[in-house]
Amino acid sequence: MEENINMLKPLMIAGRQIKSRLLLGTGKFPNSQVMADALEASGAEIVTVALRRVEFDNPQDDIISHVDQKRYLLLPNTSGARDAGEAVRIARLARAASGWNWLKLEVTPEPNFLLPDPIETLKAAEILLKDGFVVLPYINADPILAKRLQEAGCAAVMPLGSPIGSGRGIRTADQIRIIIQQATAPVVVDAGLGLPSHVCQAFELGADAVLVNTAVAVAEDPVKMARAFRLAVEASLAGIEAGPAPESDDASASSPLTGFLR
Amino acid sequence: MQIILNGKEHQLAGPVPVEALLKDLGQDGGRLVVELNATIINQELYSATMLKEGDILEVVRLVGGG
Repeated sequence: MEENINMLKPLMIAGRQIKSRLLLGTGKFPNSQVMADALEASGAEIVTVALRRVEFDNPQDDIISHVDQKRYLLLPNTSGARDAGEAVRIARLARAASGWNWLKLEVTPEPNFLLPDPIETLKAAEILLKDGFVVLPYINADPILAKRLQEAGCAAVMPLGSPIGSGRGIRTADQIRIIIQQATAPVVVDAGLGLPSHVCQAFELGADAVLVNTAVAVAEDPVKMARAFRLAVEASLAGIEAGPAPESDDASASSPLTGFLR
Repeated sequence: MQIILNGKEHQLAGPVPVEALLKDLGQDGGRLVVELNATIINQELYSATMLKEGDILEVVRLVGGG
């Protein structure tokens, strides 16, 4: 449990203290009000958003106007980018739209599994860091790539637990453990977390934070699920603070064994 | 006169400023970002930036996303 000391210090990303270790995405909610209520219930401070073409023939609710930017830090993503060039272009548009320079870098050339392209991601990160962005890259759980991105100056790394929106939980635990052991920047487990228990697993591995979207937005009751994820973060933190009992291969009776019916 | 607006052909009567096109499209420009031929146009320049034949215009905004 030694790795988990991370959880006992405030989470710092790019020199900024972040109040919540739960980052929430704003996609796929049934409507803006449910999204706003879920944000509130989640306790999240960092919320991800995407960039899309305006559909002139199909006017839609401006969901972002329901995110109070005095309260929440917007983390625009580069979803839709298939290579470094597209990611850089989307990043610059997102910076103009959000008014600031934090960015979730994601380059996913292949539509079925939406797995991130490591080479294009590193290439884009290097360009964007030179351009003054605070870059948080979404990556496969590859320790060497994570290291390279941190050496390049990324503010965090965001390895996936399983494919985006799959809800399959943390299938990359061994790799994430290595990323955490080597980390010089916060590790945010992103993608695939489907249940509050997956959040606990992430923190038990030693993660600094988690990012969740689909699991909350697509739940039957997204607001209640947002609260459940918040409680999972709080439970994980409290469990680490409390100092877990040591693991052992042998049984160790919880009740006294002597002097009864013998 | 034809431009490409968000990936689709779009007819204009003649050269107009970006601001007039956005107004025609029912957009006040408040929360949008406009990219003209791969260069982002500052909102203060919408009225001074004239569109011309063949221009490629992207009008984007933030939406919900993970």
